[in-house]
Amino acid sequence: MRPAFSADAMRLAIPALSLTVLLAAVFWLQPRAMSYVGLNLLFNLAVPIALATIAQMLIIAVNDLDLSMGTFVSFVACVTATFLRDAPLLGTLILAGAVLVYAVLGVVIHLRDLPSIVVSLGMSFVWGGLAVLLLPAPGGQAPDWARALMTTKPPLAPIAIVASIVIALGAHLLVMRSSLGVLIRGVGGNERSVERAGWSVLAARAAAYGLAGFFAVLAGIALVGLTTSADANIALRYTLLSIAGVILGGGEFIGGRVSPVGAVIGALTLTLAGSFLSFLRISPDWQIGAQGVILIIVLALRLFLNRVEKREKGQ
Amino acid sequence: MTIRKMLMASVAVACAAMPVSALADTSGKKIALSNNYAGNSWRQAMLTSWNKVTGEAVKAGVVAAADAFTTAENQATEQAAQIQNMILQGYDAIVLNAASPTALNGAVKEACDAGITVVSFDGIVTEPCAWRIAVNFKEMGRSQVEYLSKKLPQGGNLLEIRGLAGVFVDDEISAGIHEGVKQFSQFKIVGSVHGDWAQDVAQKAVAGILPSLPEIAGVVTQGGDGYGAAQAIAAAKRPMPVIVMGNREDELKWWKEQKEANGYETMSVSIAPGVSTLAFWVAQQILEGKEVKKDLVVPFLRIDQDNLEQNLANTQAGGVANVEYTQEDAIKVIEAAK
Repeated sequence: MRPAFSADAMRLAIPALSLTVLLAAVFWLQPRAMSYVGLNLLFNLAVPIALATIAQMLIIAVNDLDLSMGTFVSFVACVTATFLRDAPLLGTLILAGAVLVYAVLGVVIHLRDLPSIVVSLGMSFVWGGLAVLLLPAPGGQAPDWARALMTTKPPLAPIAIVASIVIALGAHLLVMRSSLGVLIRGVGGNERSVERAGWSVLAARAAAYGLAGFFAVLAGIALVGLTTSADANIALRYTLLSIAGVILGGGEFIGGRVSPVGAVIGALTLTLAGSFLSFLRISPDWQIGAQGVILIIVLALRLFLNRVEKREKGQ
Repeated sequence: MTIRKMLMASVAVACAAMPVSALADTSGKKIALSNNYAGNSWRQAMLTSWNKVTGEAVKAGVVAAADAFTTAENQATEQAAQIQNMILQGYDAIVLNAASPTALNGAVKEACDAGITVVSFDGIVTEPCAWRIAVNFKEMGRSQVEYLSKKLPQGGNLLEIRGLAGVFVDDEISAGIHEGVKQFSQFKIVGSVHGDWAQDVAQKAVAGILPSLPEIAGVVTQGGDGYGAAQAIAAAKRPMPVIVMGNREDELKWWKEQKEANGYETMSVSIAPGVSTLAFWVAQQILEGKEVKKDLVVPFLRIDQDNLEQNLANTQAGGVANVEYTQEDAIKVIEAAK
């Protein structure tokens, strides 16, 4: 029997389904959310999370893990609220340098065969320290263009939705349709065969890290565009949120199996889960636990469907 | 559009025609508390006070609802999402103790644009459209030296116990103390340690610096460190200086014991956790249509020799001396700012 859906489509079905169910529940609890303004309020903080999730996804695609995502986005936010506004050229240079550092990290991790968890954990202190040096006290101001971009009111759909779709499409084209994306996923899937086929694994890993740095920079800029100013600790939650977003969106820790569209949906689902619990009036002491329960339910569902899929193939 | 314009025009006319004294009724209004952290005794007391005072206000029909929300993790992005949810839930006012003075500005602006009154207190926000009920920490430090100058007119050496290094509050209180020393030049700060607002840390730090100090006449503190300092000084068998306390229960208890034993005199000053209820009443006053300045100042809760027993009796074991504010208190604070 030929499966009705491709494996990729299956991979996307569950995150999309969870998002729809959650969204329906939120609309039922809070009908006010069912409007242009309401949707924007629900989802606008998901835009930087979605970008950070794409960044994390690129790292996971090459079988690595980035534990410095939160501090790096915080650092970018601090640069955006200070240099990028007051001295755009210098600010751009700093951010370009930061992306370069990410690419170099990929090279170092590959050449020295270092565990990415340890390297990125170390880097998290570096980024955190730099952020505190830049902004010892919370402050700074978002560049006007970033603020304008995040608060535009496009026709039909609010900016949060438009931005999510653009991010998902852009990342999809990059990771699923371009040759570079195939190479990056190939490194995660089977490093050796990629190497034997004559490709440079080193270059692929450097590219994956560099692209991850680029998306993380976008996340920091988007975040400051929303908050109007920065704080050295502004995005610490993003490390875990981005990892959870990738997995929730159908990605896997190993094997180069990732889904950019799923990752964006995963980020939206995580954001929505918080709002859902808050509308339910669940006490904050239970909220972290409840958020965990939602995650486990979605993952259990996926495991179950994977098993069904396998059994069908076996027959 | 034209209907909306007409509506707006008629509202404007109605507003202009109304006499100034007639204030809006707030019995249909909903107020929410957005709190970033609940993990210490001060915050717990703050939430208890909120529930008690607002519960009575809701029962009396002053407002329709006053719900408290605390974020699970002390993170600005999470609190920003919480505020955006409150906008969707249709609250008329948000009372806010913020995780960051700046990182919530975007969400606060969204709330203001949706016509919601935002009143921040303790952890205040810099967004201009919000109200701020700030603590004048500098004055808190300066007033300690002023008290000592009355108690010890001849002056003397002071030991300063500071808070957690690198935190804004610590810098502010310390700056106030140094300002006070400049004003009352008979005093001299001979030593300074970090007590981290914790009795055990303060005790260790004071015990460490004591041997290198000349005789000290007074100890200026930041709260949560006076009892530890007293223990260290007693252990070193040095004459007990005047230690300014910070309203903690253990500090007040020690003070009372000393007062009964040898007539020890000092004072104690800090911010009452019940300041959340002051913010509640200020928000209610704004909803009622009162003209309120954007920047207000929290009154200190000062305990002196004569009202020590009464305050200690009202303080929970391991807690902080507290007062809950009334509508009249809020009106007084608003008037004072004018």
